[in-house]
Amino acid sequence: MATNSVNIEELKPHKKVKFWAEAKRQPFLLISSALLLLYGIIFYYLPVVGWLTAFQDYKPAKGLLDQQWVGFDKFVKLFENETFFLAFRNTLCMGVINLVFHFITAIGFALLLNEVRIFIVKKFVQTISYMPHFLSWIIVTAIVRDVLSADGIVNEFLMKICGNPQAIDFFAEKAYFWWIVAFTNVWKETGWNAIIYLAAITAIDPCLYEAADMDGASRFQKMRYITLPSLRPTIMILLLINIGNVLNAGFELQYILGNDVISDVSKILDVFILDWGISQFDFSLGTAAGIFKSVIALILVCTGNFIAKKTGDERLF
Amino acid sequence: MKTKMKRQIHAGDVIFEIFLILFLVIFVFVTLYPLINTLAISFNDGFDTVTHRIHFIPHQFTTDNYKAVFAKEGYRIGAVNTVARTVFGTLISLAVNAVLAFVISRKRFLFKKSFSLFWVITMYVNGGLIPTFIVFQKLHLTNNFLVYIIPGAASAFNMLVIRNYMNGIPDSLEESAQIDGAGYFKIFYSIISPLCKPVYATIALFVAVYQWNSWFDAMLYNKMKDNLTVLQYELMKQLETAMKSAGSVEGLKNSGTSITPTSIRAAATICTMVPILFIYPFLQRYFVTGLTIGGVKE
Repeated sequence: MATNSVNIEELKPHKKVKFWAEAKRQPFLLISSALLLLYGIIFYYLPVVGWLTAFQDYKPAKGLLDQQWVGFDKFVKLFENETFFLAFRNTLCMGVINLVFHFITAIGFALLLNEVRIFIVKKFVQTISYMPHFLSWIIVTAIVRDVLSADGIVNEFLMKICGNPQAIDFFAEKAYFWWIVAFTNVWKETGWNAIIYLAAITAIDPCLYEAADMDGASRFQKMRYITLPSLRPTIMILLLINIGNVLNAGFELQYILGNDVISDVSKILDVFILDWGISQFDFSLGTAAGIFKSVIALILVCTGNFIAKKTGDERLF
Repeated sequence: MKTKMKRQIHAGDVIFEIFLILFLVIFVFVTLYPLINTLAISFNDGFDTVTHRIHFIPHQFTTDNYKAVFAKEGYRIGAVNTVARTVFGTLISLAVNAVLAFVISRKRFLFKKSFSLFWVITMYVNGGLIPTFIVFQKLHLTNNFLVYIIPGAASAFNMLVIRNYMNGIPDSLEESAQIDGAGYFKIFYSIISPLCKPVYATIALFVAVYQWNSWFDAMLYNKMKDNLTVLQYELMKQLETAMKSAGSVEGLKNSGTSITPTSIRAAATICTMVPILFIYPFLQRYFVTGLTIGGVKE
């Protein structure tokens, strides 16, 4: 007993000394981390403190703590707002459609490109495929507008080859908007999203394919029973990352192409927040809507992570 | 029986091959057509574009559209600001993220765990549009060029990509340098950083493209200051007016000019696209390796 207590007494100051000795050895690490900590607090954590404004009737002229507190009034006002529900539904639907298309097209494209035997062709197609990723959303929005306009190529194709009697006004019909957003995302991001799958495919053991060849498997069968199952871990981890982003369903397309005629389907949460928060100066309501969005995103990430844990797949944290 | 089976598989493979070729042709066409079409329109006489259908080559060649773009003050100021934010934003962001990744990846750093957690949390929780706006306003970052550079400089995602790369560098390099008496700054500057060139290039590319393509911060924080506008925001304003005044061909005829909003926009689009497409082939190998080595997993 006695020796034990002596040991502990000895250890504690020793550890402290060790701490300070170590601290003396890493001034660069400590100083830069202190500065970065300060930076992180100001630019990432302070806005979260700003969530308090959702429980106040925020007036920009006064300080954060001098405001009038209104409890959950702003949230009640938010949930009574019909536009808010439409915006939430639109965001969620567009986000889910985008997510599904993202995975189907990226995996499909990677699988097909992997089957191309001629190296030059493969390289050429891949190089072209991720070019649109680097174009800004403004440029892409302009392109979508031109392609779908009355004298754009889509209408030309529909009229000359499919025999449509007249041009379709794609931006005046509610039924089209979500699919326009989905296809635009496919056009812009498929090649980029496929990069990670193509890299994962190169890591598959070639023995598997050789064995399948022995058994007389066709190319399609090899794709279906070897390549696709080997991609499962990659697919799962990317799914988890992207589930948290479901409510970030894009912005420019909805903001610029959305008009009064189709606003029921085109308005998204971010545009709603911008409308109320910045244009109408109801900072508190905008913040409340932002909190709602963040909380839902966090729940989605945690649920996805939990399911991955249960099924034994890779996890984020 | 056996030969029949073999032939069937063979037939399937041929169909597959045809399907594959068809797919590739359509894919390349769909990806490239809008870009080539925009290029053709940008070099076509504006009035001619309204009456003729332009596909791949200009019908009535002109460079007037480009002259009109360069003559616009908004585009000129926007170009200067965009170049400035791309250059300074990329340099600062790369330096900050590199130091951050270096600190977090040191095994002996005293606050390694808590400091990593501090940054990982920022990936999942953010204040949102309005609170961020209020904070920036209080910090006098509105109507200020610095709002383009400072707020996004340190990012947990970019930091993680660099950190994952640094984790792959053997510790023995650091230890032998320490035995020779090198401090951590020296280790960062002369040992780790030269080895991290590929991942630095990747992050620099990501940030540069992000900076070049940004417009929302210009609209949100610097709307009142015309001298702080950026290229993409000018393009966006043009697009917005084009949406409103669509289809007024008669008005155009009466205005007597052959430069239409459509042709100007096409020329401006090409102008903002060219720099990116130009550096892209050179950096391609970096971002593919960077993306796969860096990974995205925490």
